[in-house]
Amino acid sequence: MEITNEHMVRMLTQMLRIREFDERAARLMEQARVKGSVHLYCGEEAIGVGVCESLRADDYITSTHRGHGHLIAKGGDPKRMYAELFAKASGYNGGKGGSMHLAALDLGIIGANGIVAAGAPIALGVAFASQYQDNDRVTVCFFGDGATNEGAFHEAVNMAAILKAPVIFVCENNGYGEWSPTATQTSVADIADRAAAYGIPGVVIDGMDLAAVYEAAGEAVARARSGGGPSLLECKTYRFYDHVGRDFGVLQRDPEEIAYWRARDPILLWRNRLEELGVLSSTDADALHASVVGEMEAAIAWADAQPDPHPDALFTDVYTEPAA
Amino acid sequence: MSVKTMTAAVNEAIDQEMARDERVFVAGEDVRVGGPFGTEAGLHAKYGDKRIVNTAISELALTGIGVGAAAVGLRPIIEIMIMDFVTVAMDQIVNQMAKMKYMLGGQATLPIVVTTHAGVDSSSAAQHSGSLEAWFCHVPGLKVLMPSNAYDAKGLLTAAIRDDNPVIFISNKRCLQTSCEVPDEPFALPLGVAEVKREGRDLTIVATGRLVIDALDVAETLAGQGISVEVIDPRTLSPLDMDTILASVRKTSRAIVAHEAVRTCGIGAEIAARISDEAFDYLDAPVKRVGAPFTPVPFAPLLEDRYLPGKAQILDAVREIGLTT
Ligand SMILES: Cc1ncc(C[n+]2csc(CCOP(=O)(O)OP(=O)(O)O)c2C)c(N)n1
Ligand SMILES: [Mg+2]
Repeated sequence: MEITNEHMVRMLTQMLRIREFDERAARLMEQARVKGSVHLYCGEEAIGVGVCESLRADDYITSTHRGHGHLIAKGGDPKRMYAELFAKASGYNGGKGGSMHLAALDLGIIGANGIVAAGAPIALGVAFASQYQDNDRVTVCFFGDGATNEGAFHEAVNMAAILKAPVIFVCENNGYGEWSPTATQTSVADIADRAAAYGIPGVVIDGMDLAAVYEAAGEAVARARSGGGPSLLECKTYRFYDHVGRDFGVLQRDPEEIAYWRARDPILLWRNRLEELGVLSSTDADALHASVVGEMEAAIAWADAQPDPHPDALFTDVYTEPAA
Repeated sequence: MSVKTMTAAVNEAIDQEMARDERVFVAGEDVRVGGPFGTEAGLHAKYGDKRIVNTAISELALTGIGVGAAAVGLRPIIEIMIMDFVTVAMDQIVNQMAKMKYMLGGQATLPIVVTTHAGVDSSSAAQHSGSLEAWFCHVPGLKVLMPSNAYDAKGLLTAAIRDDNPVIFISNKRCLQTSCEVPDEPFALPLGVAEVKREGRDLTIVATGRLVIDALDVAETLAGQGISVEVIDPRTLSPLDMDTILASVRKTSRAIVAHEAVRTCGIGAEIAARISDEAFDYLDAPVKRVGAPFTPVPFAPLLEDRYLPGKAQILDAVREIGLTT
């Protein structure tokens, strides 16, 4: 698979943007400047980026409670995302949704979700609309390993298979659902095996390897776009931090396990690869990283300066008012 | 007696009933680590995987474990960690556990407790902040409990576990953090019996869950102005103890009903209707309802504060019926 040097660097940039966004979101939550709580995507960046880089701007995604990375990967603006986390009027949801409900429909981001697995039936519906409207857009449904134990997931995959809906089910298997290890929750070692029950392709991918994700996603997207129907991609990954924030204090994970996965940090792996290939010097990579940090600091400053929602915003948007 | 948080009181009730009756078990998500609010803290160490069943994220199936196991003789406690997630389990609760006894001509006995955590707390937004108790009060076959303090929580939950019917036990998240004196030994409060939390002559406030705390504060404030308020906590929302409420209203001639849930079609509507129906001749003012506005729960703290009914809204209602200026 050919990836231009420029594209390789862009993908590194995207992963760095996600990482630096969430590292800051975590600290801002600890300082109560971010309202509510955040579920961090750190460690899982290669999946959001590898998949979304295979999409067109007019394609769609549905996301999860752990959705900041999906948004940025699909073109979300960190300024408006921080503004939402700060509950400001200029946030993507006008301060009404927060982290778990971030959405940007004009970017094809149908939304994060507070209900585990609820994105799957919605993704099916979005993909159905693409068939109905006879366009060739595809929909990616991101979800966790735990979500595959909800009925909603199974119903959606079955119906997508029957309808040959252009949807790509992307499972981010990070080894845990909240504080329960996946192995104690899920009947199969490889969630990709569940695809067989619905007669669709199921592929296991190293979710820390950006190139692997990008390649598999490219194939699944091409298949969906050309009328071949849905696929299930299981990306093996790891949640670097706790379920909520950095350390919720309920479950101590094995330090060796954490160290093993930290050594497989998708950003580290990709950066090393680009340096080895001579795409980027170490100095270039450091400069890139520094510019991303600068972007995030500026985004936070911008978001901070935004106005609060008007108190009457409480009552708007409950219904669509008839056009005047 | 000792001072306990409501979380600890719930935990103690579950622990003591599990110790007393081998048929009692808990199934829920992340109950192995004590559940998201700590209501099962320490229980896995004591009772193991067999009786503290840490389930997959599968609310429908885990509620089904409750229905099926109860039908053949066990006494399940099913935890749905956040009340909004009951939607995923609704068929098992509404079509199965609530109706099974009736549909089967009385053959089935379903001693199930569904425990869940409700209400607005710390910007959890629209899918993690709901108070959905009225939905369940609309379903014949279910009992619905909503304690407002640690003492009631322990007594009511103990009674619920011993009851032979499906019971929905709702803990408000902010009430869980409050403490009071609670007996250390097991005890059961009667279901379907309201409690007069404070006696008064001029006004009855029927409040549920967190609003009981606010109503008691308001009563204290108004006492300073010479207005004597009676505060009643139904504790059981289905079946409702209307006798206690009506006796109070016949005495005070004024009533306000207050809850955190959306006002429209809330349990307050039922209570207000029944007061009007059965004590109309005693009323000096219309029955006022305090509840949340007809909107989903917003995320921004500023909007959340405006959304959340409390003391200010109760005081507004007091003014509306002409008791203060
Ligand atoms: C229907 C429903 N049940 C439970 C929860 C609480 N909850 C939020 S995230 C989560 C774990 C999800 O695990 P997984 O799908 O593996 O995603 P991850 O958090 O690991 O990314 C749970 C149980 C919820 N939000 N919705
Ligand atoms: Mg997971």
